[in-house]
Formats: sequence, C-alpha cells, structure tokens
Amino acid sequence: METLAFQGLIGLSLAMYLWLIAAGLTIVFGVLGILNFAHGSLFMLGAYFAFTFYGLLGINFWLSMLLSLLGVALVGLIMERFFLRYIYHLDVAYQLLLTFGFILIFDDAVKMIWGGVFMIPPMPDFFTGAILIFGRPFPIYNLFIISTGIGVAIGLWLILERTWWGRIIRASASDREMASAIGVNIPILFTTVFMFGAALAALGGALSTPVRVVAPGIGGAIIIQAFVVTVIGGLGNLKGAFVGAVIVGVLTAYGILLFPIFELFIIFVVMAAVLLLKPEGLFGG
Amino acid sequence: MGKSMIERKGISLFGRAYGKIPTVLLLALIVFLFLLPHLVGKYVMYMTMHILILSVFSLGFNLLLGYTGLLSFGQAGFYACGAYGCAKILLVIPSLLPGIICGILFAGVFALILGFLCIRHTRIYFAMLTLCFGMMIYSLAWKWRTMTGGDDGLIGIPRAPLEIPGILSIDMSGMGNYYYFVLIVCLLAIMLLYRIVNSPFGLTLQGIRDSESRIAFTGISVKNYRLIAFTIAGLYAGLAGALIPPLENTVTPPLAHWTHSAEPVMATLLGGIYTFSGPIAGAFLFYVIKDIIVRFTEYWLIWLGAIVLALVMGLPGGVVSIFQRRLIPWIRLQFAKGSPR
Repeated sequence: METLAFQGLIGLSLAMYLWLIAAGLTIVFGVLGILNFAHGSLFMLGAYFAFTFYGLLGINFWLSMLLSLLGVALVGLIMERFFLRYIYHLDVAYQLLLTFGFILIFDDAVKMIWGGVFMIPPMPDFFTGAILIFGRPFPIYNLFIISTGIGVAIGLWLILERTWWGRIIRASASDREMASAIGVNIPILFTTVFMFGAALAALGGALSTPVRVVAPGIGGAIIIQAFVVTVIGGLGNLKGAFVGAVIVGVLTAYGILLFPIFELFIIFVVMAAVLLLKPEGLFGG
Repeated sequence: MGKSMIERKGISLFGRAYGKIPTVLLLALIVFLFLLPHLVGKYVMYMTMHILILSVFSLGFNLLLGYTGLLSFGQAGFYACGAYGCAKILLVIPSLLPGIICGILFAGVFALILGFLCIRHTRIYFAMLTLCFGMMIYSLAWKWRTMTGGDDGLIGIPRAPLEIPGILSIDMSGMGNYYYFVLIVCLLAIMLLYRIVNSPFGLTLQGIRDSESRIAFTGISVKNYRLIAFTIAGLYAGLAGALIPPLENTVTPPLAHWTHSAEPVMATLLGGIYTFSGPIAGAFLFYVIKDIIVRFTEYWLIWLGAIVLALVMGLPGGVVSIFQRRLIPWIRLQFAKGSPR
C-alpha cells in the first residue's frame, strides 16, 4: 500500500512537467486555434537554455530559469510573428506541417550548438537531499516541482479569471470576430499568447534539467505525451489539461511499477478510449 | 477541411488534361526507370527504390488526405505492420511472394479494424486518433520483445527468391533483380490507385471531402466509403512497408514511430495534395534534397525544416502546382504561337 502511495507521489511530480507543457499547448490551441507540434521543442529549448545559463555559465539558479523563459518567449515571438501569423487561414494539415518543420530545425540546431550527446546538468545545492515520506526518501526537488506546478495552476486561474488580459484571452477564445469587433487587437494578442505558452513550455523544460537528461529529441518525445494529456482533458480546456496531466503522470508511474512492458501502451489505450467515447475530453462541454 | 486557399479542381494525373505532353513525358520516365540499372550504380538504384516505396506510401496516404479530406498521422503504424508481417514470414518461409502478400494483408486487417474506430471522427480528432493508434503499434513493436525483437528489431531477414512453384524462380540476392521487382510492383500499385481515384468510387470520395452532407443526402454511406479509403491507404502503407525487409534485411521499431508518419505528410504536401502525382514528386524531392544536403553537412534536417517552412509559407499548393499553373500553360502558349492559325 505504501509502495503504491509513494509511487503515486513520483507520478505526481512527473505529472507537473506534463502539466506545464500541456498548459501552454492548451492556451495556444484555445486562443490561436493552432495545435503546435513544436511545443515540445520549446520545452527542449528551455531545458538547453537553463542548462547553459546554470550548468555552463554558472549564473544564479533562479536568474537562469528566468533568462531561459525569456529566451524561449523570444523564440516564440519569432515563430508567431514571422511564420504562424501567415498560416492561420490554411488547412490544419499545413499548420501541423509548418510546426513540424520547426521541430526539425530546433532538433538539428540544438545538435549543432550543444552537440548530440546526452547531458546531465548539476542540481543546485539547496535542492539536494530528500525527506522521508512513507518511510522512503523522497527527493526535495520533486516536492519543489509539485508545488511549482500547483502554483502555476493557481496563477493561471487568477490571470484568466481575475485580470483584464485574462478576460480578453477568454473572449477571443470563445469568439475571435466579436472580440476583434469590440476593439481587441487580435494580432498582438496572438503574439503575446503564443509567447506566454512558449514560456510555460520553457518553464517545464528548465525545471526538468536538474533531474532529467538534456538531449536533442526530448521535445519530440514529450510532445506526444502532451497531446495525450490535452486530448484526455479536452482540447483547449485548461482545467482538463491539469487533471489529464495528473492522470497520465500517475498512470505512467504505476505502469512502470506494475506492467513495465505495456506502460506506454496503456497510456495510448486511455487516449483512444477518451477520443472514442468522449472526444470533447473528460471535462469538455 | 475548413477554409483553404488552394483551388479544388478535378484531379487527373497532372491536375488537368494538358494534351499529349505529359503522356509522352510519363512514358519516357517509365522507360528511363527500366533502363536505370544499366546507367547508374547501386547507390542510385537503392535511392530509387526508396523513392518508389515512399511514393506508394504517400499515394495511399493522399487517398485519405487529398481525396477524402482526412489527415492521418498514424500511417507508419500500418507501414510497420507490413514490414514486421513480411519479416516474420520471410524468417520462416524464405520466399518473396508469401512474405510481401502476408505483410500487405496483415496491414490491411489492422487498417480495417482500426479504421472502423477512426472514421467516427474527422479533422483534428481523426488526426489525434490515428496518431494514437500508430503510437500504440510503435509501443508494441518497441516493448513486446518476444514477438518483435524489442528495440533491436528483427535482423537477418533474407532477400528471398521470387518463386512460384512450377512456373518460375528468380534469384533476388543481387540488387538489380530486386530493383525490377520493386519497380514493377510499385508501378502496378500506382496504376491501380490511379484507376481507383478516377472511378465512381474515387469521385464519391472527393464529393465527401467537399460536402459530406450532400453525399449523405444522395443515400451513400459516408462512413463505409471512408472506411474503404482508410483500408486502401492501410494496404498501400503495408505494401510500402513489406518491400522494406528484403531490401534492408532488418526491421526496427522507428518504422512505426510518429516521426515516420510525418514522412508521407511531408512528401504529399511538398508535391501537392490535390494532384495525383503530387506525392510521387514529393517523395522524389524528399530524397533528392536529403542527398544533396548530406553532401555538405550532417545537419540536413535543419535545411529540410527550412524548406518545409518555405514551401508551406510560399507554395501551399505544392511543387506540382507550379507545373500545372505556370510551366505547362507556358509550353502550350509557345506551341500555339508557333502553329499557323
């Protein structure tokens, strides 16, 4: 029993990376209507930036987190302003292909700049160590991740429900034309929302550096998990994305423990079941 | 498929019938492909086989995207079914035809079953569902070690001879003979698909793409037509996959990965989705671009990515559309000027 509870906690910390990346994916899909295949690559870029600032240059941990967020937001600005902006009217196939093109570019650019090898960045001193939960050592860093994920969830809720910007976002998500008619500057809104989503992905990537490997291709691996999460929660549904992330994270953790062979398979079975039985997601419509 | 800038025209081999010029070019191309082993070395032959295989793969995919209006992101799953099915048979019975046929049928059965589930949705949900099933197949290929060899894949698959008992037996161990086998099978498959898309069935698919409800009002079962299209696409992916193990002597899980599903998407969109020959042109471009860039830098994907961006931004109709709209009308104009009134 204690093993299961402990494994659930491990799954919860896994879920928080998924939540951070799925949150950006969901907001961008909800407002811009684009399913960004390259969102996982933004996660990867966040990880590489954080690794460079903290691991290589030795900048303060918090400052390097902030710098990598800003750096990836800038990449997002370029992506939206010079590319995505011109393809909103095109078919969904072209949107997927364009963002897929970005995956290819980012993956190889990362290989060119940082080399193709796996890297394991250092952990800041104040996060090393573990506390005893259920009689087992649980890394402090995982607790930090879980609280950050929950903090971001509350923060997002406050932004969307309580601020002027959040109201504009919700208005444009439900009716773009009407929002534009009452004076919302849609192009600027789209750019900022995309940058915001990119920064969320980067936050997930940057926070993952001390415990996961940094390597080219981690973006392509995590984007599929993020798709699973957003589909389970319902495309464009932020609350659903959070619950979806928890479901996938915990299922993965239990899957690794109980059925190591079919761990990945089970996740996709859940995704297919949701798509077939309740395509609007567990929390949709 | 939502709003689109691309004009929708009736689809024929080169978009529209432009007189006899394309037919002559096409025949010349086929003759050239048959003479190829006498003109070039093994490397170009090997490349050409891959171009042919990707063409068949993409053409099947485009029956769904261009003709039926469904974007599948899981075709690599059926490709892998074909490859693994063929490899399993060849390891037991070293004879080419049973291997290829079983691979195709295996993929077809999977496509029929999964298609039954997938066609309940369209648009982005269809894409997600196919992606999901493709990755399911990938996870089985990767983890089910006893059956699929896990991440090592299946190795030592023979390039078995083509034999029909009592009629013929052709040795395939050299690359030349296998090249002719791939060429003939692919050409037959392409011709068959050309017949299919120009049949009443193919026209009905295009009708479903353009207006689902109108077709439903004429009493046609939209779901059945979509299911048949999905199964044909799966069979073509299976054929493409089944041709791989005798060529490479090995099959590995990445064949089923979603990044491999992106290859026919890329080839088709590069070439153009509303033309029959688009996916073939795209497959050719895909390998030629790769071959040229790899000569200069190992980071060829960054350039492929840049080309994808440039094409989507600047030429969403695909490369074949240039020929249709600019080059062939221009040639015709030159001919018209030259001839007396």
